[in-house]
Amino acid sequence: MTLFKAFSAIVRRDLVLAMRRRSEIANPVLFFILVITLFPLGIGAQPKLLQAIAPGIIWVSALLATMLSLDSLFRSDFDDGSLEQILLSPYPTSVLVLGKITAHWLTTGLPLILIAPLLAIFLGLPNQSLSILLLTLLLGTPVLSLIGAVGVALTVGLRRGGMILSLLVLPLYVPVLIFAGNAVALASGGLPVTAQISILTSMLLLALVLAPWPTAAALKMSMNS
Amino acid sequence: MLSTNNLSCTRDDRTLFEGLGFSVNAGQALLMEGQNGSGKTSLLRILCGFREPDSGTISWCGETTPNPQYFADMAYVGHLDGHKKELTVLENLKLALALGQTGKLSIQQAMAKVLLSGYDDALIQTLSAGQKRRLSLARLLITHNILWILDEPFTSLDKEGIVLMESIMAEHCAAGGMMVLTSHHDINLHGIDVQRIRLS
Repeated sequence: MTLFKAFSAIVRRDLVLAMRRRSEIANPVLFFILVITLFPLGIGAQPKLLQAIAPGIIWVSALLATMLSLDSLFRSDFDDGSLEQILLSPYPTSVLVLGKITAHWLTTGLPLILIAPLLAIFLGLPNQSLSILLLTLLLGTPVLSLIGAVGVALTVGLRRGGMILSLLVLPLYVPVLIFAGNAVALASGGLPVTAQISILTSMLLLALVLAPWPTAAALKMSMNS
Repeated sequence: MLSTNNLSCTRDDRTLFEGLGFSVNAGQALLMEGQNGSGKTSLLRILCGFREPDSGTISWCGETTPNPQYFADMAYVGHLDGHKKELTVLENLKLALALGQTGKLSIQQAMAKVLLSGYDDALIQTLSAGQKRRLSLARLLITHNILWILDEPFTSLDKEGIVLMESIMAEHCAAGGMMVLTSHHDINLHGIDVQRIRLS
């Protein structure tokens, strides 16, 4: 029970911090909206084409928006020493780290899902695939946060880790992108998407179970510098 | 009891210390002395488990560290104070309490003790450096811990703060606590059984 208390204290702390640094939460969402609104302007008046590539646009933008927000996951804790205190806590670091990842998803992934229906309509995504789009985002964005956390934990000790972070994390994001984009495209054509959804669900469960440990271990390594 | 055996640490081919062995018993303090760059902070970070020693072992109550019991019994105050600057004093202390186990003093008692009463809702970014140090001290008091690992605990404290720190240290050791600390200041640790180790 006390372990759960420690977990929820970390989640609450990060949510309060996010509320007090509003610009940091607004950044990824604004980026998401801006990128998606630029596509119709760049492509011109071709609604059919736009409709066809809408799933890809939305997913690539969500992926890049998440990447943009990753660095803030451990940066300030690393700089002000609160990461040291988290690592020295008698509770398992992996559980506390999962708390931080949960808060990260609540402040970056969830806002993307909330704004996505509006942008989907904007791109002319057929109605029947809207629910599938939201479902893939709901299953996929937590995976992005979980995988991203491992990458950030590995690079947080480096002064200029941004480029390495992208190189580390982007290839791991590709499967999520493929299955999620594919599911939405199939749903637009009225085809069944059970297989893709099952695969995304299993990715989420795997990431949920497997990501916190390497993240905790990588944070310990980053301290050793 | 904290004991180390044959610890050594090298940094960029430079040997900071080797063959270092000591033990700290209940009520004792260990004061590390040495010039800048002599490896005091590295040693403390090794004791915290942030760095691996190049050789040697550390044990806590007979068990090799790191182990969960060790982390439950120790607390560290380093160069970085580990407070979130956008949170209030009270929020920071509550978080520290949630991440540790309940200690001897309540949050209010500890804040009174380090002369921060009435600062409950002050954001950390509005506090002075000395007040932040005293808040770190309050963190030590509200959570359960036996071993204090303190890196330059007297930095940025005023005279009054130094006297306060010394008296809290004396109380901690009198109650069977242990300390490993570094300091440049000529501090008054009367009444505490102090061992000194000079790193060079």
